[in-house]
Amino acid sequence: MDLAFFIAPLAVSGISAALAAVISISDRILNNYGDVDININKGKKNLTVTGGAPLLISLSEQGIFVPSACGGRGSCGACKVKVDSDIGPHLPTETPYLTKAELADNVHLSCQVKLKTNIEIDIPESLFNVRQYDGVIEKIEDVTHDIKEVLVRLPEGSEVSFTSGQYGQIEVPPYEKIKESTQRAYSMSSAPARKGYLEFLVRLVPGGIVTSYVHQYLKEGQKMKVIAPFGEFMVRETDATMVCVAGGSGMAPFKSIFQDRIDRGVMDQRDIWYFFGARTKKDLFYLDWLEELQSKYERFHFIAALSEPQPEDDWKGETGLITDVLGKYLTETMPKGDVREGYLCGSPGMLDACMNVMRKFGMTDDKIYFDKFA
Amino acid sequence: MNSAPIIAPLTLLFASIFTSNILLANFLGMCSFIAISKDMDSANGLGMAVTVVLVLTAAINWVVLHFILVPLGLEFLQYIVFIMVIAAVVQILEMVIDRVSQSLYMALGIFLPLITVNCAVLGVVLFMQIRNYAFVQALAFGLGSGLGWWLAIMLLAAMRRKIDKAPVPAGLQGPGITMITIGMMAMAFIGFSGMLKVQ
Repeated sequence: MDLAFFIAPLAVSGISAALAAVISISDRILNNYGDVDININKGKKNLTVTGGAPLLISLSEQGIFVPSACGGRGSCGACKVKVDSDIGPHLPTETPYLTKAELADNVHLSCQVKLKTNIEIDIPESLFNVRQYDGVIEKIEDVTHDIKEVLVRLPEGSEVSFTSGQYGQIEVPPYEKIKESTQRAYSMSSAPARKGYLEFLVRLVPGGIVTSYVHQYLKEGQKMKVIAPFGEFMVRETDATMVCVAGGSGMAPFKSIFQDRIDRGVMDQRDIWYFFGARTKKDLFYLDWLEELQSKYERFHFIAALSEPQPEDDWKGETGLITDVLGKYLTETMPKGDVREGYLCGSPGMLDACMNVMRKFGMTDDKIYFDKFA
Repeated sequence: MNSAPIIAPLTLLFASIFTSNILLANFLGMCSFIAISKDMDSANGLGMAVTVVLVLTAAINWVVLHFILVPLGLEFLQYIVFIMVIAAVVQILEMVIDRVSQSLYMALGIFLPLITVNCAVLGVVLFMQIRNYAFVQALAFGLGSGLGWWLAIMLLAAMRRKIDKAPVPAGLQGPGITMITIGMMAMAFIGFSGMLKVQ
């Protein structure tokens, strides 16, 4: 018998234990950045956090939610933050998402910034208002064959103070092949006056992580995390005629905007022309409500346009592309000489085409506000 | 146990940089050599990292070999122990680089932890054991091999920068022309061979 039988395992374990100890000690020393100060908007808010974590995560732990669709994996490029102090060059993981101007301006992806030293950042003031809510699904309803209306009940006693047109991020848990929680932005379709609840319209996008989950798995009574409110898409308080254009679930912000104006009793204080484009009649929804508004409020006009009406639709309204219908109304039907503001929400293709029509008929970019689906 | 060869450490240092370059004479550590030589900055960083790992592992493994394995008669464990030491050193180095330069850390990416399986590193440690170097010789050999590897990858990165703009035939672009370049570099370095003794 050789003594090596006993010594060898001992020696190997001894050496590995010693190495493991050295590694953990270095980890403690090297990955310990101590407390790091985050100075937001030139001293408007000062936070002290434990260093070493990504800026995005440290901020959200402190209740400041920078919008992020991918949850910090560096794949959406949404969590941009302007950094005012020197934190070194941009990482290769950031540059694909930043424009030349943003690179020059020292804008970083906050999920890729590891907090090592004190940092000064600039974020929109409105983000201070953003909170995370543990909501419960109160009701899910099909409004068309591919759009669901999702009503989220907020925790007892909490409410979101938002302006109609703004959006929230909803988070779905890992499912099937999706290994991590995923967040996506959806406009609130409920009015701010409806305290304690938030409503979203979710259209099924083939292959979409969150939309597929909402359509296939989400059940009433289930919990859902909502982070809100975000966004700059809101009605400017002027007397100009509102020219609103939407398609599909782009209905959401307008439902909120109109309901809000009704709640505040200002629905009839300015002209509103609401154009809604769809392919066939089965893509239309909320028709009864919108027609009721039209008959009730003199200055509200609702125009639905079908691009491919089917024979069985028995459609008597406008037909053709929404751009053509919009052009026709802008030049012929609507009163001449009024001041107009454009509000658009929908897919990028539709929005760009409609904005071209608006520009062609004399509306200027500074009076056109939009919420483009990414 | 045989005694250490009689070679001045300084000779060994220069020998392992030029005449017996670990990369160009032994062709060890090719994988990351080809992958990271696309730009000079990362090549420089990786060369530095490999050099540090080589010096540290040569030193630590020499101590482990001569003060633990040999006295206990456990030389047969040397492969597993050498690799463990290398892995630990790379882990620590990874933390250091992450702390010091986030952009180098991102640029090296997967090749940083893969220094563990860079055969140049294990190669140097095994040569050190086979050739029976004394401690200072092992240090010189580790440092020299590291500098040699660093020099080689910098030379290759510099050449690839020129080659990028050269009209390389379609089928040879990328790794193909790189392999040919490395072959020519190796031939040039063979011109030095035999001038200095390493064992």
